[in-house]
Amino acid sequence: MQIIDCPWCGPREETEFHYGGEAGVAYPADPAALSDAEWARYLFFRANPKGAHTERWSHSAGCRRWFTATRDTVTYGFAR
Amino acid sequence: MTALFDGQDLPFEAGDTLAAALLRAGIHQVGTSVNLGRPRGIEAGYVDVIDGETMCSPLELDLVDGMQLRSLPGRGRLPEEPDETRYDARHVHVDVLVVGAGAAGREAAEAASGRVLVVDEGPAGDAIDGAQYLPRTVAFGLYDDGFVLALQDRRRVWRIRAKQIVLATGARERSMVFCDNDRPGIMRSQTALGLLRRHHVLAGQDVVLYTGTDDGYAAAYKFEVAGARVRRILDTRRGEHVVATAGLDRITAVATSDGEEIPCDLLLVSGGWDPAVELWSHAGGKLAWDGNAFAPTGELPGITVVGAATGSPASAPVFRAPGDPARQVVDLTRDVTVADLQRAVGAGLRSMEHVKRYTTIGTGPDQGRGANVLAAGITAELLGVDIAELGTTSFRPPYTLVPFAALAGRNRGELFDPARRTAVHDRHVARGAVFEDVGQWKRPRFYPVGEESMDEAVLRECAAVRTSVGIIDGSTLGKIDVQGPDAAEFLDLVYTNMISTLPVGKAKYGVMCGVDGMVLDDGTVLRLGEQHFLMYTTTGGAAHVLDWLEEWLQTEWPHLRVYLTSVTEQWSTFPLVGPRSRDVLAAVAPELDVSVEGFPFMAWRDTQIVGRDVRVARISFSGELAYEVNVCSWHAQEVWDALLAAGEPHGITPYGTETMHVLRAEKGYPIIGQDTDGTVSPHDLGLGWAVSAKKPDFLGKRSFARVAHQDPQRKQLVGLLPVDGATVLPEGAQVVERLTAPPVPMLGHVTSSYRSAALGRPFALALVKGGRERIGATLQVPVGGELVPVEVTSSVLVDPEGVRRDG
Repeated sequence: MQIIDCPWCGPREETEFHYGGEAGVAYPADPAALSDAEWARYLFFRANPKGAHTERWSHSAGCRRWFTATRDTVTYGFAR
Repeated sequence: MTALFDGQDLPFEAGDTLAAALLRAGIHQVGTSVNLGRPRGIEAGYVDVIDGETMCSPLELDLVDGMQLRSLPGRGRLPEEPDETRYDARHVHVDVLVVGAGAAGREAAEAASGRVLVVDEGPAGDAIDGAQYLPRTVAFGLYDDGFVLALQDRRRVWRIRAKQIVLATGARERSMVFCDNDRPGIMRSQTALGLLRRHHVLAGQDVVLYTGTDDGYAAAYKFEVAGARVRRILDTRRGEHVVATAGLDRITAVATSDGEEIPCDLLLVSGGWDPAVELWSHAGGKLAWDGNAFAPTGELPGITVVGAATGSPASAPVFRAPGDPARQVVDLTRDVTVADLQRAVGAGLRSMEHVKRYTTIGTGPDQGRGANVLAAGITAELLGVDIAELGTTSFRPPYTLVPFAALAGRNRGELFDPARRTAVHDRHVARGAVFEDVGQWKRPRFYPVGEESMDEAVLRECAAVRTSVGIIDGSTLGKIDVQGPDAAEFLDLVYTNMISTLPVGKAKYGVMCGVDGMVLDDGTVLRLGEQHFLMYTTTGGAAHVLDWLEEWLQTEWPHLRVYLTSVTEQWSTFPLVGPRSRDVLAAVAPELDVSVEGFPFMAWRDTQIVGRDVRVARISFSGELAYEVNVCSWHAQEVWDALLAAGEPHGITPYGTETMHVLRAEKGYPIIGQDTDGTVSPHDLGLGWAVSAKKPDFLGKRSFARVAHQDPQRKQLVGLLPVDGATVLPEGAQVVERLTAPPVPMLGHVTSSYRSAALGRPFALALVKGGRERIGATLQVPVGGELVPVEVTSSVLVDPEGVRRDG
């Protein structure tokens, strides 16, 4: 049970948050222009690094805002 | 004062633990072991409190007058009745948390500044200056960022956030493994000494000490002073060992390595000291062998270890005496012997983590506190490696047995998962509705009349709706108010249909898909104004849909000026359904033009019923003429009552979710989450008409163009009619072409199945490979070892022309 820093509300209990997967995977500007393989890459392929990982989190039981945070996948700790 | 132990009166003195009272009465055996059924003593035996907690250690259980106890065969019992004890939780934030109120803990607490909390599992000692001190409080888990869970009096869980944690958890005496070492009357010297000090109980009169430490001598001396006789001291440092013991429910004699047989009634064992490192290990702290014991090593931010928990005094540890490995018990709570460790090593296991899993050593109720270091030492000897190299297992919470009821605290029953009730719930109760849980909601499933069964009630309710008029409480439907200059553009992106062209005053059925093109939710959208929509979602999908929409607005389309508000509970919704619904509505809403021309299908109108503002929408989930009456939940009961009163002349029939399911299934309307499972596209459901070809993009569109999505063999929603006209297929049943040698190729499965009043026979909906091409074919559904032939039909079985919706 970590303390997570919400950029809007400050430090809050982990149970108030939801994980939203890898950050920076933008919806393609023109999906129709993509091949099936490229579209599948957007849909299903995500980085799974050992170490620093940039992720989306939502303060779902608080301000309900999404934000980006960097977390270490070995220690689970958030970069401060 | 008296307790009852295994049916016998057990007198005790104020402040006694069960162990103290038992030893005072000369009783050493507490239950039996888990696999072999051998007698267990006070260190490894456990008891039940009748009508109370299970698996209590006699050393920790404080007696209460009249308490009834039952010794256990190595495992607890699941109580049949709910635990009525009141448990609670408390949250605190402190600057410094000190675990342990021994000398080192007190010193650390007194030196600390700010808000200081001290917890200790032992009984109350002297107050500590400048600190809050909680005796009888065991810290049982240490988690991230200074989060500690502690259990006070086995009743209250403290949830503590500490900026700094000082672990002053001390050390505990280690035993040694020898032949027949599991008899009652054999215990660590410090256990016996603690009972003598705290309770003035002599655990035995004729004492043998088996020791590898000087502390054992000190304990033996205290026993002599207290009046016992020490018959023999066996010191491993002189090469002296216990090689056998005798006795059934209590030790009677010890055989020594020098061939002596010594009568005794208590054998004290002292094999060394192990720092209590569990909490350190919970936090991910590393352990290293310091020559005497496994001690904390390295650093953890915010955590300091002090006192005896840092390491052990120098010793020459002996883990195991010579003798038959099958008679040497390493873990008394799991009946694991040295022979079991030999088997594990013989099977090629080289890591303590693997040995633990292979033998179950250290997985008993004491979580390895008695056995882990012995197991590591003996395994290292068997492997011929240094124990420092072999290492030990890491510890995970909880440190001690914690009742689930204590973890739950007050979060039980309705406080754990609150029931949501609609504004007219009392009306359903008064009518004798049978409820079902839909998410957190309580929804009437059917309204039995007299002794009716569910099947009978549902057939009656269905017939009433199709021939006259029925009413259902649809208030649980999710409702999201969508406002803003870009609301129409936004809805075009999230629905597969075109929403922006919907005129004010009209409603539209819409389908939402994930980016993978699979159906996520469905419902109707009302356009209330140019920049104002009211979106209906499924009952179960409401929260998820709101989250889903918010996520897209915030992360991908922050430029869109759209505001989403959940209004599920603000609006009550009562669909009035059936050919007579127009008459009922006309009677209660005289100002409303209810004619087909004046109030067409998929239109909505504002009007008044009994002086209350209502919004009526001509939406149908049954294929019948229907009006959804929406009213502010404050006035829902008045409007519900008015609708029922106006329907009286037509025999208006309130109906539940079961009838709603049948009526919609007869029309082939899918229920998202029942007829779909996240792998079903709108086209698979026959909802291709709801997918816009004009919009440049919307969520899911690109996925519809994938090759796999064009596959004619995708599973499609079809109707199934059992050929015998009588079998109600089980939902989830497989659909096959014919039985072959296994594996039988599966074509799909039944997703919905009911009896139909309108058809006069049972029917089902199913997802079947290439289903629409198979319409007219006969397939088989295996039911209980028999094959039921079914005819594949269109998913729309009642009124395929749609003539009934206008009444």
